[in-house]
Amino acid sequence: LSRIGDELYLEPTESGLSLRAVNSSRSAFASFLFAPLFFQLYEPGSAGPDTELFRCKVHMKSFLGIFRSLPSLEKSVGKCLILLKPRANRLVLQLHCKYGVTKTHNLAFQECERLQAVFDTQRCASRLCAPARVLAEAVVHFPLTLAEVTLGTCPGGKISLRNYVEEEAEPSKTMVTELWLAEDEFQSVAVAPGSHITFCLKEFRGLLSFAEASNLPLTIHFDEPGRPVIFTLDDTVLEVHLVLATLSDLESNSQSPSTNGVSHLPAPSDDFPDDLESYMVAMETSEGGLEGPHSPTFPLRIPRPADCEPEEEEE
Amino acid sequence: MRFRAKIVDLACLNHFSRIINTIAKLAKTCILRLTVCKLYFILSDKVANGGASMWCELSQGNFFDEFQMEGVAAEHNEIYLELVPENLSRALKTAQNAKAVKIKLTNKHCPCLSVAVELPSLSSSSRIVTHDIPVGVIPRRMWNDFREPSVPDFDVSIYLPALKTMKSVVERMKNLSNFIVIEANLSGEMNLKIETDLVSVTTHFKDLGNPPWASEDGCQSSAQDRDLESMAEACIDIKKLQQLLAGQQVNPTKALCNIVRKRIVHFILLHEEVSLQYFIPAVA
Repeated sequence: LSRIGDELYLEPTESGLSLRAVNSSRSAFASFLFAPLFFQLYEPGSAGPDTELFRCKVHMKSFLGIFRSLPSLEKSVGKCLILLKPRANRLVLQLHCKYGVTKTHNLAFQECERLQAVFDTQRCASRLCAPARVLAEAVVHFPLTLAEVTLGTCPGGKISLRNYVEEEAEPSKTMVTELWLAEDEFQSVAVAPGSHITFCLKEFRGLLSFAEASNLPLTIHFDEPGRPVIFTLDDTVLEVHLVLATLSDLESNSQSPSTNGVSHLPAPSDDFPDDLESYMVAMETSEGGLEGPHSPTFPLRIPRPADCEPEEEEE
Repeated sequence: MRFRAKIVDLACLNHFSRIINTIAKLAKTCILRLTVCKLYFILSDKVANGGASMWCELSQGNFFDEFQMEGVAAEHNEIYLELVPENLSRALKTAQNAKAVKIKLTNKHCPCLSVAVELPSLSSSSRIVTHDIPVGVIPRRMWNDFREPSVPDFDVSIYLPALKTMKSVVERMKNLSNFIVIEANLSGEMNLKIETDLVSVTTHFKDLGNPPWASEDGCQSSAQDRDLESMAEACIDIKKLQQLLAGQQVNPTKALCNIVRKRIVHFILLHEEVSLQYFIPAVA
């Protein structure tokens, strides 16, 4: 959550305690819902007919500071109590440690409105579910500084991830990295063919490391470019949602498909010795002429006059 | 003009990656020259590099299982490309356990070196990652700018001390001064010196040994007449020296330097399959 925003929202509900964060540009939202069963004791307080359950937000850094060193916490802390009294002006976090030591932290908080992103996973046309490890191994090929990545589905059924090259970047100076995952690496694939979305990698990496640590499969719900992508993790006592805005096609319309957006090239074939070979042949031969249907959302690529020394590479 | 190559052996791949990492630490942009038998990484001594230049040469047969190259023309069967070695380094970084790596010269939105890495996966088909690294093709008329530099007419040639030791000495000196003086004599002694208003530090190395260069008429034959004790020194940019030493990931088989008094220091680092020469000019 700290990778997303500077403030931690605490919302107790009847179905559990929800911890949420949003980023300053409102393009990323995450919520972790801990079911009552997660806790030894869970009392959300009483909501009257006119009042809702109390909500507040605190500084992320202050909250994190209490749980700074996980290894030593695990060794010394027996219980942790989080207490919020409506008329109190501090959120109390109490760590009951070994040898009768109790550490009490009083955090200043602010009352706040309910923080909720508008999304509905049911309305997403596409859904992928994969073990976190597979996605983590995929993402490792992209530099840590990369801002955005494009997830796409290819004609051959493979799922691709490609670094997103911004409009302002010069194509002749930017390295393009693309990775393909076979359908059977996923636990489930239900995608609209030819679909793709571009989203911010940084927040996604944060969720990915949590998913890897908890060994939970990650589900990606997405729809058209511009509509948010929703990442979910589920287990018996925890429900996680990460909602990220995606680049709409309107913003990417002026770019040529070769620098941005899904590759309309056939994904690499499955024959072992020809895996790279035929793919690379296809890469080169499709430069001049396009194969497959033209995408309705991207302009046709206009072949540039040869302004650099070499001729078209032949194979 | 075409180029394609493939590496299947992991040890070769790791070795090649280490070489690229070293090059990436020395140059932001450099020239990759491809011939039928060899690859060269070249940095020419333009002002932008601070005058330093580099010549790194490796035999393709030691790394690649397949290597095919066709130059610009039959009589000029070579390819010169300008690239950012850091990109190549990044592409190879996550290929540590690859089944195969293919490198190819392609022409997409611009000339690119396309690196395709085939990775093992639990599924029936492999995972494939491709990296398209934009390159600039150097036209033949400019090839003369990138000829192999000749060994300068040096005053002293001496083997370097253990690079790890030299590196830690230079790194500490770098905190104190921007320039370092390297001096050595033909009796196997070398000093690294820095001097500022507040402090001067000298580290002395001895018993390093001097490489025997084949004597040619005129130049080296007067070595007998030279005073074996007299030091030849050059003051160079300490950062360049530190980059050279920090970039070495493997200990070279032979490491030596040639000093031309007050002009240039020429470093030669030889490994079994690759040789690296680095020239750092002396500052006034």
